[in-house]
Amino acid sequence: MPAVSKGDGMRGLAVFISDIRNCKSKEAEIKRINKELANIRSKFKGDKALDGYSKKKYVCKLLFIFLLGHDIDFGHMEAVNLLSSNKYTEKQIGYLFISVLVNSNSELIRLINNAIKNDLASRNPTFMCLALHCIANVGSREMGEAFAADIPRILVAGDSMDSVKQSAALCLLRLYKASPDLVPMGEWTARVVHLLNDQHMGVVTAAVSLITCLCKKNPDDFKTCVSLAVSRLSRIVSSASTDLQDYTYYFVPAPWLSVKLLRLLQCYPPPEDAAVKGRLVECLETVLNKAQEPPKSKKVQHSNAKNAILFETISLIIHYDSEPNLLVRACNQLGQFLQHRETNLRYLALESMCTLASSEFSHEAVKTHIDTVINALKTERDVSVRQRAADLLYAMCDRSNAKQIVSEMLRYLETADYAIREEIVLKVAILAEKYAVDYSWYVDTILNLIRIAGDYVSEEVWYRVLQIVTNRDDVQGYAAKTVFEALQAPACHENMVKVGGYILGEFGNLIAGDPRSSPPVQFSLLHSKFHLCSVATRALLLSTYIKFINLFPETKATIQGVLRAGSQLRNADVELQQRAVEYLTLSSVASTDVLATVLEEMPPFPERESSILAKLKRKKGPGAGSALDDGRRDPSSNDINGGMEPTPSTVSTPSPSADLLGLRAAPPPAAPPASAGAGNLLVDVFDGPAAQPSLGPTPEEAFLSPGPEDIGPPIPEADELLNKFVCKNNGVLFENQLLQIGVKSEFRQNLGRMYLFYGNKTSVQFQNFSPTVVHPGDLQTHILSGPAQPPASPRRPSSPWGSRLTQLAVQTKRVAAQVDGGAQVQQVLNIECLRDFLTPPLLSVRFRYGGAPQALTLKLPVTINKFFQPTEMAAQDFFQRWKQLSLPQQEAQKIFKANHPMDAEVTKAKLLGFGSALLDNVDPNPENFVGAGIIQTKALQVGCLLRLEPNAQAQMYRLTLRTSKEPVSRHLCELLAQQF
Amino acid sequence: MKLKGLGKRCKRREDLEIRFILIQNRAGKTRLAKWYMQFDDDEKQKLIEEVHAVVTVRDAKHTNFVEVLAISVADSLSVLQFRNFKIIYRRYAGLYFCICVDVNDNNLAYLEAIHNFVEVLNEYFHNVCELDLVFNFYKVYTVVDEMFLAGEIRETSQTKVLKQLLMLQSLE
Repeated sequence: MPAVSKGDGMRGLAVFISDIRNCKSKEAEIKRINKELANIRSKFKGDKALDGYSKKKYVCKLLFIFLLGHDIDFGHMEAVNLLSSNKYTEKQIGYLFISVLVNSNSELIRLINNAIKNDLASRNPTFMCLALHCIANVGSREMGEAFAADIPRILVAGDSMDSVKQSAALCLLRLYKASPDLVPMGEWTARVVHLLNDQHMGVVTAAVSLITCLCKKNPDDFKTCVSLAVSRLSRIVSSASTDLQDYTYYFVPAPWLSVKLLRLLQCYPPPEDAAVKGRLVECLETVLNKAQEPPKSKKVQHSNAKNAILFETISLIIHYDSEPNLLVRACNQLGQFLQHRETNLRYLALESMCTLASSEFSHEAVKTHIDTVINALKTERDVSVRQRAADLLYAMCDRSNAKQIVSEMLRYLETADYAIREEIVLKVAILAEKYAVDYSWYVDTILNLIRIAGDYVSEEVWYRVLQIVTNRDDVQGYAAKTVFEALQAPACHENMVKVGGYILGEFGNLIAGDPRSSPPVQFSLLHSKFHLCSVATRALLLSTYIKFINLFPETKATIQGVLRAGSQLRNADVELQQRAVEYLTLSSVASTDVLATVLEEMPPFPERESSILAKLKRKKGPGAGSALDDGRRDPSSNDINGGMEPTPSTVSTPSPSADLLGLRAAPPPAAPPASAGAGNLLVDVFDGPAAQPSLGPTPEEAFLSPGPEDIGPPIPEADELLNKFVCKNNGVLFENQLLQIGVKSEFRQNLGRMYLFYGNKTSVQFQNFSPTVVHPGDLQTHILSGPAQPPASPRRPSSPWGSRLTQLAVQTKRVAAQVDGGAQVQQVLNIECLRDFLTPPLLSVRFRYGGAPQALTLKLPVTINKFFQPTEMAAQDFFQRWKQLSLPQQEAQKIFKANHPMDAEVTKAKLLGFGSALLDNVDPNPENFVGAGIIQTKALQVGCLLRLEPNAQAQMYRLTLRTSKEPVSRHLCELLAQQF
Repeated sequence: MKLKGLGKRCKRREDLEIRFILIQNRAGKTRLAKWYMQFDDDEKQKLIEEVHAVVTVRDAKHTNFVEVLAISVADSLSVLQFRNFKIIYRRYAGLYFCICVDVNDNNLAYLEAIHNFVEVLNEYFHNVCELDLVFNFYKVYTVVDEMFLAGEIRETSQTKVLKQLLMLQSLE
């Protein structure tokens, strides 16, 4: 027992620890601990008053037991008693116990705070530090309330000892971060800045942290720290390796302080004052120069300390992004590190260069290291280093090196770690698209991706290649040929079959002239994969087949044979069966002309942000860094393909109907709306099994006589549009080239009135204009056709008032069937919420524009929260109710990333708009939001409590809803979570 | 119960540089755990296990930095599956010294902060070994508090720290 001899005093403790260590089994350990606990308990309860030493020893034993992982439910009072001892060792154990076993017992908190107060006032620096450390370690709001006002005074008092100042600075930092509202700003703040000049480097070290934290929140108030920080930094950087004595670490003067000062400067833009700026640039240059000097020691500590400063310096240079000379020098320095024998340095150099690559000044310099980086990707043993190399390649990629980088990444993909494959796939897909000069290369690349890592190719990636091929007619023939060849491989990935099926269905005719890829060959190639594929892929292939019948009449008989086969017509999967039945009928009933119209080539897709990029951004957390953002200001890339911009030669102006179709629902129906049934069918191709089961009309009906009330599925943006109205009642619901729909609404209790304004944006009259509202609730609810509703819906019950399933009653008034060019018509809706509901009503608008029928379906912005009635309550009531709703199913919680800047005022407005009351002074943390309200429906009332916890640092929120009805909790949580 | 939870969760949102300091041996036994953020006990246990799992499989050819991609503490906002923090660690004989910091923090500065800390321990305990940390656990906390406070580096001068520690040692 070597330590016992050193362990001064507390022999009993050392014996106990030895006993525990000697226990052969867990059971023996528990037995020994229980024996000890019984012993301590009896001592604490005994009549004889314990002396300070014994108390300290037993409390220390309890602490040890706790740290072993056992629960401790007594001894707190004895620990608190130790706080008022005059002996340091006893006090220390008391404070340690309190810090480790924080207990929110209010009785004790008062006693603890009292003891801390005494120690803070004691003028004994040792005791003051103990008390300050305890506050800093616990950092609770109660302590903040008790001491936040005192600590600034201690910090700037002239007679405080240096060590006390150090602790006070960091203690204040902790309280400020926990509860900024409790720390009063004042005269002390100016004096804190001047601590940067303090004689004692330890005080400066602690103070810089505090100042950095204050600067981040109030940059303007602390501006003066810049010049002070620069001069302090300058003095350190220019000092000789031994000048700073105690603060020299392996011949490096004050490395940690230097790093902290450099980080402080990163809170601000470059100094405006020329003298300050000159001095700073000189510092930065000195650091870069020193990196080139021979090391003063061979120890790794020396080079690490030196390089810590160097990397922070480079961060600052990148932050300023205004000194081309320094940026290039930084890049050269990092270039040297890329081949350093220390793995740490190679890793950090790759990481740091990634940010340099995004600066226009250093982008070219970074590019010169491409071979080294590629080599790192191939040879590094540590996967995190390889990952940084992949990041850097992505960041340095531009048109000049895209082919090389993409091919290297593809090669790497074959052996890449599973954890990062998907990310690499996304990166390759983005680079290939962004820097494609000719699209055949792009198509090759994506097909290679599928070949090499098919499992990691997400929908976004293969949807995107279809989109691009559809939109660019110069690549369609090539795509068809390539995908045809790829499908000939004996084993090909299912994603390849999907892409192949789609492309051949659309553009197979472009290669049909070659006898090697004649229509029957194409068909049999695809069909040879059919049986190995999943339902979704088989559904897609069935659509390809019907397209083949249109493209290649000579395949009709064969394909009809396939569709007619029992395995299709009687397929257990309803989706496949429906397709087989409908396609078979379509091919035999429809004339060639109708078939050609229904199965016309897809129109170009509307242009929008690459969904792949969006996915990559989602994948990476907030720390992903600029390398992944598309924000490179690269003057050389004219971005002809950056965002897939339409070029007049190949892309027609998106038609209004195409505009309604997003990527998710790809591909859009090419057919004119007259055959809306068939159109839906094609949309369903990609919807997979989730699509509505075909319980509806028979195939003939669906194709040939779509009933007027067959409301199409909501447009893909419908949810997004709906989300905009969750927290507000008025605004523009929808707009395209033809039509604008505005909404004004008000809700009181369980009733609401909504005005819809339909504006004709064209100069041509809309005819047969008919907006209808239906409510496809989960329980097959019916719309209410009010008295004023024209008998336009013969197939729907006319008076479902009595239906127990009805959740919402909506009365609409008829509007004029003609809307003149430039005119606006208004429609009033009366809404009654009968019971809680989850899905909003649908608004279907149909009209004829220039003879062509138009149809669109939106979600009406009526969500359950509209029937919220805010409820004010006191904290006590809130918590009581919160507790009452503690069944797991009553709570719904979501943790999600902020999609908008996290602004407390905006959040407040949104929560109020959502309908609940905002309760102040309920949540102990003022950053959090707490709300309450009652949802009013005719049948019942649902009480709701909500709590929103923003985490600015992680850019995340946690939202918790508690209501008396499980579906309501979940639904409200989902609705509200979309808003931030 | 819930109320306590509320209070605890609030504190998680602080942006402290160091989230925790851990000293573990190769078997995964914790020799020091100093938390600068509020975690529940089971979260702490989970973190301890995860750190042990990621750190012990690495060798000298690896960096001293581990970005923790997915720490599966489900109920903690700050450690969701993002690369928002990393472990800087160094191995000394059978002990791993680990500091968990923000992903943007300076790796080498914290790597040397560990070494600086270890040198102080070594001086203070005269050739420190694992058992010193076991038997004098309450003193190790004092050393930590002298050098790191509120998730920040408090004092870096070994001379100053040791002087202070010796002074405290002399007190009754």
